[in-house]
Amino acid sequence: MKRRFTFFLGVVILAVMPMALAQSGGLGLPKAVEAGSAFSIRTSGSGRAVLYIVGPGQVLRRSVQLGEPELFAPGDLHNAGHYLAVLVSGASTENGAFDVTAAQQPSTLSFLAKPSRVAVDSHDGISGVVYVFDTFQNLVLAPAQVSFQLSGVAGAAQTRTVMSHNGVAWTKMNSAAKEGSGQFVTQVGSATGTRVIQQVPGEPCGLRISARPSGQRLAVQTDPVRDCSGNVVPDGTIVTFTETYEGGESTVDAPLKQGVARAEMPAYNGAKISVATGVVLGNEIRWGRE
Amino acid sequence: MKSPILIACSIFAAIFVFASDQPAVRVEPTDSLGPRTLEKQTQAAVVRDYLQAWGSFSRAFEQNRAEILDADFVGVAREKLEDTIREQSKLGIQTRYRDGAHDIQLVFYSPEGLSLQLVDTVEYDVQILDHEKVLTTQHVRARYVAVLTPTEVRWKVRLFQAEPA
Repeated sequence: MKRRFTFFLGVVILAVMPMALAQSGGLGLPKAVEAGSAFSIRTSGSGRAVLYIVGPGQVLRRSVQLGEPELFAPGDLHNAGHYLAVLVSGASTENGAFDVTAAQQPSTLSFLAKPSRVAVDSHDGISGVVYVFDTFQNLVLAPAQVSFQLSGVAGAAQTRTVMSHNGVAWTKMNSAAKEGSGQFVTQVGSATGTRVIQQVPGEPCGLRISARPSGQRLAVQTDPVRDCSGNVVPDGTIVTFTETYEGGESTVDAPLKQGVARAEMPAYNGAKISVATGVVLGNEIRWGRE
Repeated sequence: MKSPILIACSIFAAIFVFASDQPAVRVEPTDSLGPRTLEKQTQAAVVRDYLQAWGSFSRAFEQNRAEILDADFVGVAREKLEDTIREQSKLGIQTRYRDGAHDIQLVFYSPEGLSLQLVDTVEYDVQILDHEKVLTTQHVRARYVAVLTPTEVRWKVRLFQAEPA
């Protein structure tokens, strides 16, 4: 019974004691430390003690001489976060807490640009998100000026400048009118990030076909297929020719080769031939007599 | 003699009950998250997974087992927490984190939906043990910034960092 009482009393004392000692003020802690910078912790008294610095980001334990400042070299504490400091000397414990903040100088950027392939002339079609980190991979939460630039294709470069908030900045850009690779660059101080955005032709525009006899059959072909900005639609894009005649129908899928799709179809008098690619419909022609 | 024991038992029971309780959670209304609208189901999933991540974090640090983090942490957050667990283990230190209350605000949802940032004013107790000897228990109120990214089946914490409250 006596042992139980001693155990429970111990639990109660352990729970209450730190609160009382936390107010003793024997530990001289900085309020905040910049990640990776040198700092010191002041102790009072005499003799040896053990100092613990504990947080989710790092844990340190040091044997210290009481009454002398304990020095921490640059890089000793480099992960941003909230840290508890505990000084244990014999039966006495002193507690404190302080924060480690990200270094002010941005060092690396986590830059996500989407999509990597986009149709030309797409309004707000490209997005860029940047997370700003210091050299120790801490998120720099202080506002920083972030610039974005999309260039590399014909026309002037697009530039945006925004302030980061909670370590993140974002923007949206229009894709260029001409196809080609675009350089999407972001910069914060001396830290930069680059992504390549492939700007590809959009949907075909003004799809047209023509037909001519080819022996007993019809040779049909498209005009050069371009998008609305005049970019040639990529080879391999499937074009569908459909011929309807007296209750019958025949369909031929043909890929674009050098911008043109070709097919041979039955030559039915009075047949209607139409063309489509994706969701785009082209013209319709009628073959032979009514 | 009986009455001090009863009082001590009550305190011990209260500590135990508190420790096993679910944390109080408040999610601030979100007016604008920037470029992308956040659906309610997504918000619920993010908050649920974030709170579960606190559970994993707590268990991993108490048991000094980094693999417990795998279900809920990735990237920088996973690496940094693993490093700390390794340090703890090397020094014979354990830490018990018990989150008591979360006040969560979702602050940014990226345009392509690949990252979501939240700010959590969290209250928790930390118990520090050196070779199983309890050194101290402290109550902490801190502001955590977390970035979560979607994975195959859940949101995982990619960045987990406290800042001055």
